[in-house]
Amino acid sequence: MKGAPGGGGAQGGRDDWDRYAPRSALNPRHTRHHPRWHRERIPIFWWVRNRRYTLFIVRELTAVLVLYSGLLLLAQLVAIGRGPESYEAFQEWLAQPWALALHAFVVAGLIFHTITWLNLAPKALVVRVGKIRVPPQAVLVGHYLAWIAVSALVVGALVGVAR
Amino acid sequence: MNPVAKEAGGTQVADAGPVTRSREPLLWSLFSAGGMASAMLLPALAGMLWIAVPAGWVAAPEHGAILAVATHPLTRAAVAVLLTLFFFHWAHRFRYTLYDGLQLYHLNLLIAVATYGIASALSALALWILWTLG
Repeated sequence: MKGAPGGGGAQGGRDDWDRYAPRSALNPRHTRHHPRWHRERIPIFWWVRNRRYTLFIVRELTAVLVLYSGLLLLAQLVAIGRGPESYEAFQEWLAQPWALALHAFVVAGLIFHTITWLNLAPKALVVRVGKIRVPPQAVLVGHYLAWIAVSALVVGALVGVAR
Repeated sequence: MNPVAKEAGGTQVADAGPVTRSREPLLWSLFSAGGMASAMLLPALAGMLWIAVPAGWVAAPEHGAILAVATHPLTRAAVAVLLTLFFFHWAHRFRYTLYDGLQLYHLNLLIAVATYGIASALSALALWILWTLG
């Protein structure tokens, strides 16, 4: 299969052709430039047609919500640092109905991020105790328990600060 | 396989672009750590800070109390690390979403510079804000 006629073998390559019949003689339009190979054009929104692909892109786009959360957290810290009036104003801004609606959407997206992320954990992480591999289900359950524990800590800490 | 196809296959291997393969593990580990940290913390944190408290389900902390927590050295350090991880998590994932999702293969360099550049700039900004807070 390999190689051109003439049996150039491994080091032969395409130039072996020329030894027997220069391509310029066979085809005057021949150039030594590489031919363009055919590639089917895929529409930019290829992921809309299939539910699995759409969920994949939505999952990837949850990273935008992570970025947004980081920025909003930073803004809230700046408001806190500037003093009580600034902090109050920020809290009032957060209490507007459209802001609450936006952040309900953000939290829903963040939960989707957490679920998809934790579901991948057993595939990414092989935990061994001694020589025995911890079953993937246990790794999964462990991650969800950790999520519950961390969430309880966060809620508890914030309620504690409010008192 | 004929030589032409072989050659075509050979040149189709995507070049590593501006971000060489040696840097890829570091960027991936930042992405991974940021993904885990945000998955564990953000739903509860966002739900509390931006919904439960503003909606009045949970009493809003006094300014003095929240300032004390925010300016505690441990909080500053933890938030600086977390925000950096969040930003690089976004950068890495968004980079590949643009790359694969929108098939912007020809803009590989621009996208990588823009995403990791924004993440670096925001991390520096976060560090500065946390350093000078309060």
